[in-house]
Amino acid sequence: MISVLAVEIPYWGQSLLRVLGGLVAVLLPAGAIVYLFLFKMMSFMQSRLGPMEAGPYGSMQLLAEVGKWLQKEDISPDNVDKTVFKLAPVVVLLSTFLLIVVVPFGPEAVFADLDAGVFYFLAVGSVSVLGILMAGWASANKYSLLGGLRAAGQLIAYELPMVLATLGVVIQAESMNLNRIVEVQNTEAIFGFEWLGNPFVITQFLGFLIFMIAVQAELTQPPFDMPIAESELVSGYMTEYSGFRFLMFFIAEFATAGVFAFIAATLFLGGWGVPFEWFGWDNLDDVSWWMNIVGPLILFTKMLALVFVIMWVRFTYPRFREDQLQTFAWKFLIPLSLANIAVTAILKVAV
Amino acid sequence: MNAVLLAADGVNVAQNIGFGIIAAGMIFAALCVVSTKNVVHAALWLVVVLGGVAAQYVLAAAEFVAVSQVMVYIGAVMVLFLFGIMLTRAKIGEESGLNNKGWAIGIPVAVVLFGLLAWAVLDTYGDDTIAEPQLTGANNESTVDIADRVLSPYLAPFFGMTFVLLAAAIGAIVLARKD
Repeated sequence: MISVLAVEIPYWGQSLLRVLGGLVAVLLPAGAIVYLFLFKMMSFMQSRLGPMEAGPYGSMQLLAEVGKWLQKEDISPDNVDKTVFKLAPVVVLLSTFLLIVVVPFGPEAVFADLDAGVFYFLAVGSVSVLGILMAGWASANKYSLLGGLRAAGQLIAYELPMVLATLGVVIQAESMNLNRIVEVQNTEAIFGFEWLGNPFVITQFLGFLIFMIAVQAELTQPPFDMPIAESELVSGYMTEYSGFRFLMFFIAEFATAGVFAFIAATLFLGGWGVPFEWFGWDNLDDVSWWMNIVGPLILFTKMLALVFVIMWVRFTYPRFREDQLQTFAWKFLIPLSLANIAVTAILKVAV
Repeated sequence: MNAVLLAADGVNVAQNIGFGIIAAGMIFAALCVVSTKNVVHAALWLVVVLGGVAAQYVLAAAEFVAVSQVMVYIGAVMVLFLFGIMLTRAKIGEESGLNNKGWAIGIPVAVVLFGLLAWAVLDTYGDDTIAEPQLTGANNESTVDIADRVLSPYLAPFFGMTFVLLAAAIGAIVLARKD
């Protein structure tokens, strides 16, 4: 970040830039996802136009929505546990902001270049469960409590296949540093084609599928939306929330979709990079400085492509029943991902 | 912690101050765990304590251990705690009869334990200072070091531990399943 601007920035300035960058990196994808996919794509798939009044093609609809939520009265029912009730959406949103910390957007455009980056996002991703449990309990509502418990059970079940699917990539890249994983994907060759790099989506296709299914479940997006199933639980752990507290849950849901798609793009689609062969770069230190500006755009495009798939599935499939959902994770995805790890490890040593 | 000690050579003042602030927060949260009148609140304060431990690890540049702490204790153990509490007894508001009759006996035990740990740490390390933490990123190979050690010199204990965990998991299933 420092070398790009060619000026020395003091530590507090860097920290400020990081915070601002984090806000942009979380909120911009969330807005883009809600407008492009939730408003427009969903409407087109259902043969309607979606929002058309606010701005050209309804592009200002988001501002109108946020304004609407902010104006609403801040209601908390009499029997709720006030502190925990108010803290819960903050915990959920905070875990999203903590996730963006490790995502590499360019050779130097990283918030924190952690050696254990993969491990970090798997650990921090599980913190949001706490917020959901808090919301479910503090609402003093049986629907909320059931929703919270369902969410916790589901997130615990699908965290395992996610961890195990990621391990395949870690074995192949020989590193848990996300920037190193990007470098490996863009410097290696597959089938002798150097111009293609080696995006792990090809060699780890099974891992990619398992990871995306687990992401879908972690986000509690349909078909895995048992925790907020509106025909049974009103809207689960979010039932008692309204106004800007609901808005926080809503932003967290779509921002997390964006962040998980960023991470999936980094792990499986080559991240911010293009195959280094194109420009004659040998390794990470060779990469030109302008990749710090082009890189985020490339990653953003890949993120949108992945979120498109997530949303496509969301609008297409009917909801899983609770027992089907648990059986699918424990009896199908986990054995499959263990087999994937075994095969990857054997091939890594043998080839 | 006196000023002379802080200003001594090779002592990272900022790190010590950070340690003090986080430690104070952890002690406050730990007192809340045992004094609060609500089981769920106690569990949530315990999350704060365990998060403080992770923060201390980050301060000591032990990033892998810190992440493990978050993964195991906050992401798994505490979620399981809360899950269990909410499935069984999870009243909102104050509850009575949470204290054990012999709670006062815990105080001397805690004091003795504290004295023992403090004596052990002071006796072992005395005036030693911790080495400057390395930078993160490319210069920090701590994760690689851990992997190298676990998978070569400590491979046998590592395998032994995995079997203990496997036995515990199977034992839990056997105990829980009646059919």
